[in-house]
Amino acid sequence: MLEPNPTSCSNAPILKERGQREVFCGLTSIIWLHRKMQDAFFLVVGSRTCAHLLQSAAGVMIFAEPRFGTAILEETDLAGLADAQQELDREVERLLSRRPDIRQLFLVGSCPSEVIKLDLAKAAQRLSKIYAPSVRVLNFTGSGIETTFTQGEDECLSSMVPSLNESPDKQLLVVGALPDVVEDQMRNLLAAMGIDSVSVLPASSVKQEVTVGKKTVFAATQPFLGETHSALERRGARHLPAPFPFGADGTTAWLKVIADEFSVSDARFEQVVSAPCARAKKAIAQASKVLDGKSVFFFPDSQLEIPLARFLITECGMSAIEIGAPFIHKGLVGPDLGLIPEGPVLSEGQDVDLQLDRVLKARPDLTVCGLGLANPLEAKGLTTKWAIELVFTPVHFYEQAGDLAGLFSRPLRRRAVLSREAAE
Amino acid sequence: MKLTVWTYEGPPHVGAMRVATGMTGLHYVLHAPQGDTYADLLFTMIERRNHRPPVTYTTFQARDLGSDTANLFKSACQDAYDRFKPEAILVGASCTAELIQDDPGGMAENMGLDVPVIALELPSYQRKENYGADETFFQLVRALARPVEKTPQISCNLIGPTALGFRHRDDIDELSGLLSDMGISVNVVAPMGSTPSDIKRLGAAHFNVLMYPETGETAARWMERDLGLPFTKVVPIGVGATRDFLNEVSQITGLSPFVDDSRLRLPWYSASVDSTYLTGKRVFIFGDGTHAITAARIARDEMGFEVVGIGCYNREMARPVRALAKSFGLDALITDDYLEVERCIEDLSPEMILGTQMERHIGKRLGIPCAVISAPVHVQDFPSRYSPQMGFEGANVIFDTWVHPLVMGLEEHLLHMFRDDFEFNDEAGPSHHGGHAAQRAPSVKTMDIVPAEIKETKDVSLEMVWLTDAEKELKKIPFFVRGKARRNTETYALAQGVYKISVDTLYEAKAHYAR
Ligand code: SF4
Repeated sequence: MLEPNPTSCSNAPILKERGQREVFCGLTSIIWLHRKMQDAFFLVVGSRTCAHLLQSAAGVMIFAEPRFGTAILEETDLAGLADAQQELDREVERLLSRRPDIRQLFLVGSCPSEVIKLDLAKAAQRLSKIYAPSVRVLNFTGSGIETTFTQGEDECLSSMVPSLNESPDKQLLVVGALPDVVEDQMRNLLAAMGIDSVSVLPASSVKQEVTVGKKTVFAATQPFLGETHSALERRGARHLPAPFPFGADGTTAWLKVIADEFSVSDARFEQVVSAPCARAKKAIAQASKVLDGKSVFFFPDSQLEIPLARFLITECGMSAIEIGAPFIHKGLVGPDLGLIPEGPVLSEGQDVDLQLDRVLKARPDLTVCGLGLANPLEAKGLTTKWAIELVFTPVHFYEQAGDLAGLFSRPLRRRAVLSREAAE
Repeated sequence: MKLTVWTYEGPPHVGAMRVATGMTGLHYVLHAPQGDTYADLLFTMIERRNHRPPVTYTTFQARDLGSDTANLFKSACQDAYDRFKPEAILVGASCTAELIQDDPGGMAENMGLDVPVIALELPSYQRKENYGADETFFQLVRALARPVEKTPQISCNLIGPTALGFRHRDDIDELSGLLSDMGISVNVVAPMGSTPSDIKRLGAAHFNVLMYPETGETAARWMERDLGLPFTKVVPIGVGATRDFLNEVSQITGLSPFVDDSRLRLPWYSASVDSTYLTGKRVFIFGDGTHAITAARIARDEMGFEVVGIGCYNREMARPVRALAKSFGLDALITDDYLEVERCIEDLSPEMILGTQMERHIGKRLGIPCAVISAPVHVQDFPSRYSPQMGFEGANVIFDTWVHPLVMGLEEHLLHMFRDDFEFNDEAGPSHHGGHAAQRAPSVKTMDIVPAEIKETKDVSLEMVWLTDAEKELKKIPFFVRGKARRNTETYALAQGVYKISVDTLYEAKAHYAR
């Protein structure tokens, strides 16, 4: 079980940097959100750059026609704004007539749409009236001037909160998009403890109703949901702060906070978690043979850095040199920070050139960074883990704990295998 | 406003990055929000480059707007200069910065840097990646290249290759070899592999080889006018084109066009009997203009295919592609709309696609083999082995690449012979491919008895019924033509107003479509 560390990072100074950032913008969240919400379409109102970003981040996942697209602004749209609203109506009409399966449409703002002050909230209201009740139209921003990477999910989920129906009942709301298989595991664990009134935001379709109210308590499965956190509090819901459910101990701690809230007896809690927890520990032990005693350096990417560093330090025997995050929301990552022993540099924001100087000086055993930096650092002899995979792969809860440790150990194992080859 | 799902080209500043990243000693300061840094991964992941692109992004945020985005730009520019010490600096704006009108060019010029500063004006809302590369290279050349003394020996520049180009790395080697066989040395290869100092001595060459009109034509034209450098018009992809290219170079230089072609194998491989099965294969060609045009000639004259459709995604090349299509008796498809290309392929149902990675996905879905001939690139388009498209070795590579997705001649024959053998599983696909060929989900159901209530309507997918015998007969047709046989039969049946497909319908359709 995790015990708060008396000399933890909770109050450690944070190195705040404001230079060149090397991170994705919030549009990138659409890549996993559209897989999760199967009746939703994400219509980015942006430029060719936005379309190209989505395509590049989606990599080779080219399917027939994905449930996202970009309405590319053209010279004519930039000339007059009334015009752009009409153009948008026309594109939406075409889209919805071609895709009658769509039940939720998200208009997603980008840097260009925000700079020209194209009012997507107004557009969403107008289009909602036209297409209600068959299609719900909402808007959020994924722009790079407002959001980094995973904050796109935060903006998306928080845009849904005001429209959730009110519920007077005591219930648990879990926020954060998880792959279905992981979500089912979580629901099963909670059900086994007798916690049945559980809903998850985002739901996979509009048919699954999500409600909120004064007696709702909510737990986050992702650390980047700061806006959603505030939006839910505004609706009267209460947050259950906990370490994030990564690894065996993280999952147990997260579940325990919920179990206590719902007055689950210790005996019953033990009975539910003991087997999967033991399984998870075994799997982690296997992978962490390679990780034990090694150092790690996190570049800012997804805001998962602090909880993941907690996992690597307290469950895999690693030490951290620097933990960089694009944004540190202490209300969410506080419990994880409290478990990390003092020592690592905590940095927020970025100045990528300075950070590269630091990483090359420190020469950590493992560097967690974005795709733009990974190969250049490998070429300089560092071992890297692409951060984006930590967001795209199922990594939460007990059954994925071994996989999570494996994501970090594989690059180290690979380097060892290849250098043996080279040495021969 | 136009809804786009997948794009063939990135924005113009990505084209500028392709120029900058291909070069050394040059740095690009791009006024752009943080998300635009995704472009780095194109180079570090797809092309596996071992260094970061030489690009500094200002990564301004919403809170900077209206206050100090301009200062942010200046300090980013100064920092980049101090840290990277480039020989020249490119400055420009991405789509978002274009809207806030900070004038990066003007600001950088006033900073008093002691290296040339080249300001780029790339209209993000009108133009695309290839234009961006072409324009950037042109601006660089115009700013730096001046008349200089010619090299004593006949030499040329190779113009157009960039970072993230389709096989540019190997095309450079192949052409350098061919030209050296003629007795011509290479003065500068640019932009890829050059420095700003190299750009200054472009004029020392006797002529330019324009490898890729998409990314080098404007600069080549400027050098023709201002430096007196003629440039080649033939792009040497394919055997015939390579010979034409050598003749063109011969005319410019007076040197003999006859070089050692003993390692050229395409003509014999194509003539050998195993290739008989290639005869008249119906192919659809799509890519950038240059690669589509060269592929068409190879397909028809060197492989013996029948070209049933041709097009390109870059509007700049619409004119030559249309002209070529006309000479083939076709209408060119000029579009950057992926869905339109898909519809066109579906309508034509070719036996093979020569396209880009996008068409490869279309082919996968439709069960049509596809070979990749052009950018946009994918990590697979950067093989570790030498695999040019240009010159004689390029022709060999193209032969192998194009037949690879197909079933080999003798193998096709054996499949026919053994298709009834119970031990033979024709779902397995060509023997040299792992996994199995794409299978099309049956579009219609097989029924023993057609229920009386089925009324004849125009909706083929609902009402077309394959009788059991016909379905069985269809299964006897080798898998790699089965999809086409099914489609042809259904189209034929529909045209005939027949909604129950029998064995007879199948063979009537076969006779109808026989060539
Ligand atoms: S940073 Fe802005 S302009 Fe760039 S891709 Fe993201 S939303 Fe589009």
